[in-house]
Amino acid sequence: MRVMAQVAMVMNLDKCIGCHTCSVTCKQTWTNRPGTEYVYFNNVETKPGTGYPRRYSDQEQWKGGWTLDRKGRLQLKSGSRLKRLLSIFYNPDLPSIDDYGDPWTYDYQTLIQAPPGTLTPSAHSVSALTGRDMKVTWGSNWDDDLAGGPDHTAADPDLAGLGDHVKLAYEQAFMFYLPRICEHCLNPSCVASCPSGAMYKREEDGIVLVDQDRCRGWRFCVSGCPYKKVYFNHRTGKAEKCTLCFPRIEAGQPTICSETCVGRLRYLGLVLYDADKVLSAAATPDERDLYRAQLSVLLDPGDPEVAAEAARQGIPADWLEAARRSPAYALIARHRVALPFHPEYRTLPMVWYIPPLSPVADTVAAATPDGRAPEDQVFAAIEALRIPAEYLASLFTAGDPAPVRRVLRTLTAVRTLMRAGQLGLDVPDGLAESAGATEADLEDLYRLLAVAKYDERYVIPPAHAEDAGRLAAQHEQLFCSQPGGVDSFHPPGGRQRFRDDDGRLHLDLSPRSGS
Amino acid sequence: MNGASGWQILLWVALPYLALGVFVVGHVWRWRYDQFGWTSRSTQLQERRLLKWGSPVFHYGTFAAIGGHVIGVLIPESWTRAIGIPEDVYRWFSAGAGTLAAAAIIVGVVILAGRRLLVPRVRATTSPVDYVALILLLVIIVTGIVPTLFVNLLGHGYDYRVSVAPWFRGLFSGSPSVTAIATAPVVYQVHAACAWLIWAVWPFSRLVHAWSAPLWYLWRPYIVYRRRVAARPAEPGTSGRRWRRIGVPY
Ligand code: SF4
Ligand code: SF4
Repeated sequence: MRVMAQVAMVMNLDKCIGCHTCSVTCKQTWTNRPGTEYVYFNNVETKPGTGYPRRYSDQEQWKGGWTLDRKGRLQLKSGSRLKRLLSIFYNPDLPSIDDYGDPWTYDYQTLIQAPPGTLTPSAHSVSALTGRDMKVTWGSNWDDDLAGGPDHTAADPDLAGLGDHVKLAYEQAFMFYLPRICEHCLNPSCVASCPSGAMYKREEDGIVLVDQDRCRGWRFCVSGCPYKKVYFNHRTGKAEKCTLCFPRIEAGQPTICSETCVGRLRYLGLVLYDADKVLSAAATPDERDLYRAQLSVLLDPGDPEVAAEAARQGIPADWLEAARRSPAYALIARHRVALPFHPEYRTLPMVWYIPPLSPVADTVAAATPDGRAPEDQVFAAIEALRIPAEYLASLFTAGDPAPVRRVLRTLTAVRTLMRAGQLGLDVPDGLAESAGATEADLEDLYRLLAVAKYDERYVIPPAHAEDAGRLAAQHEQLFCSQPGGVDSFHPPGGRQRFRDDDGRLHLDLSPRSGS
Repeated sequence: MNGASGWQILLWVALPYLALGVFVVGHVWRWRYDQFGWTSRSTQLQERRLLKWGSPVFHYGTFAAIGGHVIGVLIPESWTRAIGIPEDVYRWFSAGAGTLAAAAIIVGVVILAGRRLLVPRVRATTSPVDYVALILLLVIIVTGIVPTLFVNLLGHGYDYRVSVAPWFRGLFSGSPSVTAIATAPVVYQVHAACAWLIWAVWPFSRLVHAWSAPLWYLWRPYIVYRRRVAARPAEPGTSGRRWRRIGVPY
């Protein structure tokens, strides 16, 4: 067992109002500069919809993520390493800027400098790539809120194969919002695609980053990521991606998108996982088993064996404690209401989603008692939800509707339970059991989903600076400037290393008494 | 160097050594000072249809040409004779393979240069040093292909291995024969002079990406893990400007 820690995020889609505040604050923080005009580390898409860049989730077209070769071994969808090197001069799978939308601004000067006259001056759209006038024909969120109707919406790759289940007619249409950041995958295909080795996953917290000094602009990370969350800065010629706001995470603060989320729907916390199991989980033969395989990689921080092993492998005690209190672990593994996004890409993504409980399509029928047992009535509504479970399944469970239905049932049970409590109604018999939980579980879930405060939603242990700061040179300087030199800090036979309250090993830096 | 005029020495001795010096010092400096600017500066995001043909054809043609130069200029005539390759076989091989490579390079560079000049999105990313490198490359290519085609393939042939090559190798052994190159046809002279110039421009242009060919990728493990390390303070003498970019027009 190789225990590693990962900062994971959970988003509760029921609460997203599609306000784009997260995208705006993220952009202000990270990509508000020339070359990254079109770059959204965080973006919010309307589903069903084509997404950003257009149709990114169609891997038959873009060849992102992993696949299994004929012998069942894990392989990048874009082919072998040699094939990538040979196509380094032209990457056949790279989206063009027009798939994102030519970034534009407006020629505001004409508004200010137009001579006095009768015609009202208007600001032309100007391309940020060339500085020339341009006609705006596509951009991020072009199809927001189902704009463009079935013309655009029908191009959503996730709708493929659903056929009659999904009605795009206006009266029966449904939609919800899907905020997306980099998934900080356990098996990141972007890292595997980078020929320079400039991309890496941090050992301590699992954040996936691009080393700007080592990136040589070979562009394979952009095509390798199935979520298209690596972007090419067209001015610097280097790749950039969501950093999970690592400077904030290191300081124990949530990412800026979480911090400013209007719906307060984001949760951040640690999950522990067994790094030895990642590859075999990613190579699970049947796509539909990938959700379960991904769960099986996670370790229970409450398990004393896991805790002991984690401590032995150098995971600090305060991190273990944070993992035990992690809202992400609770929602993902304990209550199992959060699902991975497109697990079939086999990257083991670490941003999880609680699927939305949409309005019941046929409200009248659902509200009419029809002689069935009460809990059956509650759950009959799930079949009548506007958003078809099959569509959610194509997003979150590689097409297996069973886990989606189970989650929706759990969420309905929470609502029914709390509604009964507040209105003084009888709790339907066997409500909790039918959702595979206990009433205490449901109440815990209610707390997490509805009332959790800031420090329950974000449980982020600060980074251990002393890990990063193995600044041998500095230590030596410090030692040598002491009268007794290095020896005065390491009493022969004395206590040289000690474990402090948070369980970390430290060097004993206190001067030898009497020296 | 007997009988060589000052100009000839400047052109055929000083220029090469100067260019080599700039090449070496420039690279050391750029590597230490501007890792952030060290990139291929791909414009595939902006334009892909022309690049799809131009870029691979140009690059693979260039590899062939470099291979040809190694054989033709670095390997002395006496060696190929010693292993029993007759002169006209050698000439026909050199002319044939050279022509193929030349054709590829010409097609590639026409597409790439046209794209760079005529596609506004690509043109906007082009810095002055890119233009210098591009012009030098064009001159080198044209003067490299004209003799291959018209002298060696169609004409009576010219044995550059008794003039250009000894001078070139002489540069490395410390006794370049200036008169040999000075009496060579002008195309060869222009070709050689521009080739030296481009070495001097190399470290300051996007050409540096050639040294980053990521062959190591074939062997390294797929997933790279790194530990968090403390950020190093700026190197003394660089005034901390590790992020200054070179070869970017903005
Ligand atoms: S989602 Fe993030 S970590 Fe996963 S492959 Fe894409 S860029 Fe890499
Ligand atoms: S800020 Fe929150 S509610 Fe608003 S779009 Fe982003 S995730 Fe949704």
